[in-house]
Amino acid sequence: MFIQVKNLTKIYKDYLAVNKINFFIEKNKTIGLLGPNGCGKTTSIGMMLGLITPTSGDILINNKNLKSFSRDQILSRFNFASPYVELPKKLTVKQNLEIYGRLYGIENLSERINEISNDLDIKNFFDRKTGELSSGQKNRVSLAKALINKPEILLLDEPTASLDPDIGDFVRSYIQDYKSKNKVTILLASHNMSEVERLCDSIVMMRKGKIIDNGTCEELIKKHGRNNLEETFLKLARSRDEF
Amino acid sequence: MNFNKIYALGLRHLYLIMNSFPRVLDLIYWPTVQIFLWGFISKFFTLNSDYYSNTVGVILTAAILYDFLFRASISFNMMFLEEIWSRNFTNLFIAPIKISEIIVSLTLTAILRTLIGLVPAVLISIPLFGVSILELGPPLVLLLLALYLFGISLGLFVTSGLLRFGPSFENIAWASLFFLAPLGCIYYPIDILPNILQILAKGLPLVHIFEEMRSILLNESVNYSNIFISSIISVIYFVIGIIVFYASYFGAKKRGTLINMGE
Repeated sequence: MFIQVKNLTKIYKDYLAVNKINFFIEKNKTIGLLGPNGCGKTTSIGMMLGLITPTSGDILINNKNLKSFSRDQILSRFNFASPYVELPKKLTVKQNLEIYGRLYGIENLSERINEISNDLDIKNFFDRKTGELSSGQKNRVSLAKALINKPEILLLDEPTASLDPDIGDFVRSYIQDYKSKNKVTILLASHNMSEVERLCDSIVMMRKGKIIDNGTCEELIKKHGRNNLEETFLKLARSRDEF
Repeated sequence: MNFNKIYALGLRHLYLIMNSFPRVLDLIYWPTVQIFLWGFISKFFTLNSDYYSNTVGVILTAAILYDFLFRASISFNMMFLEEIWSRNFTNLFIAPIKISEIIVSLTLTAILRTLIGLVPAVLISIPLFGVSILELGPPLVLLLLALYLFGISLGLFVTSGLLRFGPSFENIAWASLFFLAPLGCIYYPIDILPNILQILAKGLPLVHIFEEMRSILLNESVNYSNIFISSIISVIYFVIGIIVFYASYFGAKKRGTLINMGE
């Protein structure tokens, strides 16, 4: 599936959160959505997930407007993970995956849960309540939920935020491996530049609700005359009126 | 409607109850305390009131029916609040489940929560106070249905408020039923109310339900038109509740409050 975002705008009362953004995610590619806090990344993701109604503009999935899909028709092909969104804390890992598997209408659910649990190494705390897990464990369970339906479009909002380097690397390696084995289009919002460089085929840079630049990592670093993506990000984030 | 998804959402709340003994205890505790309290009050009035003389358990039956309404409404609200408290709101609303399926699931699961709390209390009232709500006979089913529908309607209004105003609306969830109780004429006839409030009270199904309950127990006669009126009013509130819920959902999408909603 490919995604095209056209003139997407969101205005909250008199606050312009997202300002006529345009970008394209090729089928089975990963795009990084970068920008400082409050630049409109989460609002953009919210609009793509159907959680926020755009003020204007369109999101096209395989050239078909997102609005023309029914809720269950489109959402069964999407999924999302973010450390700021949790699974029910009082339910065990297994119960959570069972419930979300059912909600996503997964056939052979036990097999799928077994498969994803092995892949993400979560079996050893399968019967523990999700609220009792460490950040790293919760993160992997959240990722398991996000992949339970083998989504064609996966939206990840800072998937490795607050993880120690070891677990962070495990998650990044897993996503990289998953990408290579499955047909999935990924939108990744992150503040971790090495993660973005490692996982993304191209980048969209946002600031104050607008896209201020886009391209591959190498293109952006070269264009802005910096040594790495972090320096490029800082230059763009701190720029005032150039864009 | 996909019943597997409706079941999945119900299962989420069933697991929540099953995983926690204190939660089960909490569900049973309050209705039981209510039954004890109103059981003794009922006993006192039965012995000392002309109106209630020789009619054991009118007040206690009213208390049980009111508690049924209260539990149904609170159960609906609680299940919705659980999603906010656990910060699971976004996950739920990006799952491929229709809004109608969420409403159906919460409505059906609320029955379970209500019965877990109320059945032990009702059973206790039989040996302890010699009162059984089954004395209402077949009309009991219709009265319970009308009450349940109205309880769910109140739940829909409160959850709509949660969608509109966020978790800060939580206190209203608890207060909603106490606000309507004086107008519901649960423990007294409608004639007690001032004329202007009588007009308002007749717009609620509660008055018709509790008037009918008293009529059955005191006069031993059933007026099905009263039950019919209460059912119709409950259905009207239920339909309005669904419309308000949908309006709040679409409003929340416009305001962007569905994403990251949590405590």
